[in-house]
Amino acid sequence: MQTNEKQIYMPSNDTIQIGHGSGGRLMHRLIDEVFAPLSGGGDDDSAILDIDASHLAVSTDSYVVQPVFFPGGDIGKLAVCGTVNDLAVMGATPKYLTVGFILEEGLSIDDLRRIVLSMAEAAAEAGVDIIAGDTKVVERGAADKAFINTAGIGVFEREPARLPIQPGDVVLVNGPIGDHGIAIMLAREKLPMGGDIVSDCAPLNGLIVEILDVCPEVRFIRDATRGGLAAVLNEITSGTGLNCEINELDIPINPPVAAACEVLGMEALYVANEGKIAVVVPEDAVNAVLGAMLAHRYGRGAAVVGCFVSGDGRVIGIGAADTRRIIEMPLADQLPRIC
Amino acid sequence: MCLAVPMEIKSIEGTTAYAEMSGLKLECDVSLIDNPAIGDFIIVHAGYAIERLDPDEAAETLELIRGAIDSIEIIHGSDEAAQR
Amino acid sequence: MDFLADFRRPEDIKRLADAITHRVEPSCDYVFMEVCGTHTMAIGRYGLRRLLPDNVRLISGPGCPVCVTPQRYVDTAIALARRANTAVFTFGDMMRVPGSSSTLSRAGSQGGTVRVVYSPNEAVSYASENPGTEVVFLGVGFETTTPVVAGSIVLAESFGLSNYRVLAAHKLIPQALEALCAPPELLLNGFILPAHVSAIIGSDAYKAVIEKYNVAGCIAGFEPSDILQGVLQLVKQVNEEKPRVENEYARVVKPEGNRKAQGLVALMFEPVDSEWRGIGVIPGSGLKLRPRYRKYDASEIEVEIEPTQENLDCRCGEILTGSILPGDCPLFGKACIPENPIGACMVSSEGTCAAYYKYRDV
Repeated sequence: MQTNEKQIYMPSNDTIQIGHGSGGRLMHRLIDEVFAPLSGGGDDDSAILDIDASHLAVSTDSYVVQPVFFPGGDIGKLAVCGTVNDLAVMGATPKYLTVGFILEEGLSIDDLRRIVLSMAEAAAEAGVDIIAGDTKVVERGAADKAFINTAGIGVFEREPARLPIQPGDVVLVNGPIGDHGIAIMLAREKLPMGGDIVSDCAPLNGLIVEILDVCPEVRFIRDATRGGLAAVLNEITSGTGLNCEINELDIPINPPVAAACEVLGMEALYVANEGKIAVVVPEDAVNAVLGAMLAHRYGRGAAVVGCFVSGDGRVIGIGAADTRRIIEMPLADQLPRIC
Repeated sequence: MCLAVPMEIKSIEGTTAYAEMSGLKLECDVSLIDNPAIGDFIIVHAGYAIERLDPDEAAETLELIRGAIDSIEIIHGSDEAAQR
Repeated sequence: MDFLADFRRPEDIKRLADAITHRVEPSCDYVFMEVCGTHTMAIGRYGLRRLLPDNVRLISGPGCPVCVTPQRYVDTAIALARRANTAVFTFGDMMRVPGSSSTLSRAGSQGGTVRVVYSPNEAVSYASENPGTEVVFLGVGFETTTPVVAGSIVLAESFGLSNYRVLAAHKLIPQALEALCAPPELLLNGFILPAHVSAIIGSDAYKAVIEKYNVAGCIAGFEPSDILQGVLQLVKQVNEEKPRVENEYARVVKPEGNRKAQGLVALMFEPVDSEWRGIGVIPGSGLKLRPRYRKYDASEIEVEIEPTQENLDCRCGEILTGSILPGDCPLFGKACIPENPIGACMVSSEGTCAAYYKYRDV
């Protein structure tokens, strides 16, 4: 009788204990049985990479989202996609990720397996290998189920153009804004409302390759995460000596997300995204770039939203009847209001 | 201070109604309005329906708003009309 | 029909702006005050001021209940948040309002228990699930919100709760209008009257003050077309010298208002003299829970409150009565900015100063 199946000692109803972070046999069992889908690296203290490149992109980010599971994703998917996107927007090809887990004592193994599988799926889609990892366990209450850090390395397969933004350059987004932040808020605050609202969390490196293929002289790409599209536009614009004029009526937004913003007194411009990029391209490349975005899975709702004009580093929103207002860098997270 | 949105009642259970706007479903308390019914349009503030919205009146207000357009043409048209 | 989008159409906004421009007498000044923070925000958000002719001035009055809530109330809320076995629940608007030395947001980050909710019913649910915690809901707002807070007390009563209380600071608009109109140096020609306050109290509620002071009045909805239509009607009233109460928001506001909501509020609350931050005491302009409902009254909780320290440079009071514009305050945009608000006018998203700062002219 051949025993090809590995004995699994960690049933689904088991939970993380302090000992799982202690470096001993319990931890190794955890790595073997639960983290197996992520182990692209070996057992050494460090992974050794062969990279033939004169420069690399490196990024790190920590993920503390609450709740850890939400419509459209989970903390694991977020941790992979977030770092992949941070590398990709620089024009790099994401190659390797490291993962550090800080797990709360009492976290169910089942939940952890879900998170791990989600990370493996996201990594496979993005084409990255997870080559090193770490696990620590903290006492119940010291973390909220799980915190994850990912660091990423990307190589440059083409030199990004890095030309400064000019008047006449056009701004596009790859789809409707505000989905992630509203999905998270509804799940976390247990608000008495809901709808077809799902996080847009996604790895965008494939989409960005399509954009760079048709327009190597892209001026700027950045993902619109915390602070929403307003934050990223302000980041892009400040220091350019230009104004970024946005046609607010052209910004795509899903109707239930717009409705949730009306109810809560928030503006979608300031709501977080996890699968949206602002792309700045020369005017003559707009059609090609828009076409490339619309043809991609993560660019289906793409739209031209504005352009750069001479000015002084401000983002201007143009509304109905050509009314104008300044779209500022947000102060802090928006709170639901009655006023 | 009056942030409230127009929604349509889709179902009712006791003093709780499930109302909808653009695909967003919201659970709200309807104890402040008389005889709430499915299909009613309500104004929802902080989780309560505070009044009904009358679609006929809404249509009339839109006509009024567009009546302003007719008024401009009359003002430009003639002096007597401008006296109106 | 889309009850929001249909009242935001660019062509209607443009035509109404044109109609107002053609309707004003060039030699006259038209000064209209809106007394609802949601109107302040909408006017800023849609850039409506720039569409109006120069002789039509829209000024913002004390329309933000958060702005007019006295500093001591904030200090009391903070003290309650720090109290053992107590949880303060609030609308988001209150979180960053400056008290004498702190804010609810800061108090929450330093160990106090503060939770933001969309509806007071969420606080009632929490109270029923946590019988060992005294739940205090911050009852701020004008007449739109008072019935909602009253409703939450009814819900608490139905659950038989003894751990849900409201710290009431509700205020009344008609009394505020009376106080605004009373000074002899009144320069107002009319009021853009609030939409949802009116839905509760009815358009008839304004007749007395409008007739007494002979000012124009028009209730207007919050969408840009509503507001411009309201301004147009006010201009016509002034031109015809026939001030009265008109109702542009007839799709929601009735002459008698929402009797059921009014009845519930009258059952639970009684009028009381009330202090408006920056303005002073306005007689009969606030609400207090009736003695029969004292078990739901958070002001019955004994707690030590720090001595109130007002900032003497702050000129929010004059901003709130429309006497000065934000730009006239020496602190505006310098010491007093949204990241570091000195007065309530800057911190509240509805506050005049915050709205002017955010939507400042381009």
